[in-house]
Amino acid sequence: MDLQLIGQTILSLLSGVPLTLELSAFAITGGAVLGFIIAIMRVSNRAPLYTTAWLYVQVIRSTPLLVLIFLVYYGLGQFDSIRSSFLWPVLREPYWCAVIALATNASAFAAEIIRGGLLSVGRKEIEAARACGMSGTLLLRRIVIPLAIRQALPAYSNEMVAMVKATSLASLVTLMDVTGIAASIASTTYEPISVFVAAGTIYLIINTLLTRAVKVVEYRLTPHLRPADHGDRLAASEHGVSLR
Amino acid sequence: MELARSLSLFGFGPDGWGSSLLAGTATTLAASFCGLLLSVFLGAFGASAKITGGPTARAIAEAYTTILRGVPELLVIFLLYFGSSAVLSSVAGLFQHQGFIALPGFAAGVLAIGVVEGAAMVEVFRGAFLAVKPGEIEAAKACGMNKLLRFRRIVAPLTMRHALPGIGNVWIALLKGSSLLSATGVAELMRRTEVAAGSTRLPFNFYLCAAAIYLTITVSSGLLFHVAERHYSRGIVRA
Repeated sequence: MDLQLIGQTILSLLSGVPLTLELSAFAITGGAVLGFIIAIMRVSNRAPLYTTAWLYVQVIRSTPLLVLIFLVYYGLGQFDSIRSSFLWPVLREPYWCAVIALATNASAFAAEIIRGGLLSVGRKEIEAARACGMSGTLLLRRIVIPLAIRQALPAYSNEMVAMVKATSLASLVTLMDVTGIAASIASTTYEPISVFVAAGTIYLIINTLLTRAVKVVEYRLTPHLRPADHGDRLAASEHGVSLR
Repeated sequence: MELARSLSLFGFGPDGWGSSLLAGTATTLAASFCGLLLSVFLGAFGASAKITGGPTARAIAEAYTTILRGVPELLVIFLLYFGSSAVLSSVAGLFQHQGFIALPGFAAGVLAIGVVEGAAMVEVFRGAFLAVKPGEIEAAKACGMNKLLRFRRIVAPLTMRHALPGIGNVWIALLKGSSLLSATGVAELMRRTEVAAGSTRLPFNFYLCAAAIYLTITVSSGLLFHVAERHYSRGIVRA
């Protein structure tokens, strides 16, 4: 294992970073959107809706992602009806198969986190909003969703890191992401240790930056948890207003 | 008729893949279980380093959990599988042995998933130990128990109670992670499913079947963990 080789390998692995980031972005946003729908179904009080959502979450969460990817990539092509349908140009591509499988997998984990966020929104907040005359979607948009996001974000950041790591499985359906390129370099240079250490470093950097970024967003979303600014307090006391 | 034919594919008859899938399931369970043992071992070490260790031990444990939780499992599997052969071959070269030596895929894979999930286990044990109330340990001291007895009778069972849900999650992760060993050719459930799917040209049926087997294992181990949790929580009044 020599550092120079690791440095060179990191440079050549950089060409796989865009694909890894694309897959991660699709998985994280697709998972969040799909997960939000599932979570809404899960907290509804109609039995068919919440049973379906519960079953979906249980099944997807206990199936390995690799099975899901192969089921979509190899499995769907088995049916002539799919091969001749308008979906085939999409489902033929390993890229979209990986995206579908990753987003599906992410959605089940996201649904549970978002459900926790939705349930954490207090009864009082909702009552207050209703008293102000908000209803249905307006209540959801202005009160429930912002509060739920704030609550769910820390847990979802763990899930984001898991998704970035999970994109490495896309290399097993021929995609040349960071892991895919690393595997091909390792098989030609016979320096597996340096190459995989280099690839691991890239993932570590991506994940560190991602966690930092979420921390910043989290900080911005929770002004009420920060200790009051000294300047503010002085200004407030000058006007004879006590803050607490 | 069609249904009977497709069902016999999963049976144990001459053209059935049942026995192959069953053997694969056994390998999957064995790999996950060995991974669990390794991760419990690493987790206990890591947690004690983080809680009572000196600065060096703490730094090592911290680096271990940070790195292993930020790197894909598949990369760790590749690193240990291909990397171990590079190391072993060069070590063998020192002893005038020519040629290629590799760690068996199973051993390298178990090592990989055990090391990865060991990082998760460190946090599980650390959290569980910190959830044991200081008063309970003080009471044991007051009763005159020495350190070993205190650990065996008080700390270990109480930590276990708090750790069980976390251990259950890690076990599921190991089970699912073991499917990645197929990438290095270990004949576990996923690999055998790939072979069956390829030679029958019925990938959808076989991958669905694999999903069902994984689901069965996770659901039944969930039940087992529920029983274990009840065992370790006896004597606790639930609110």
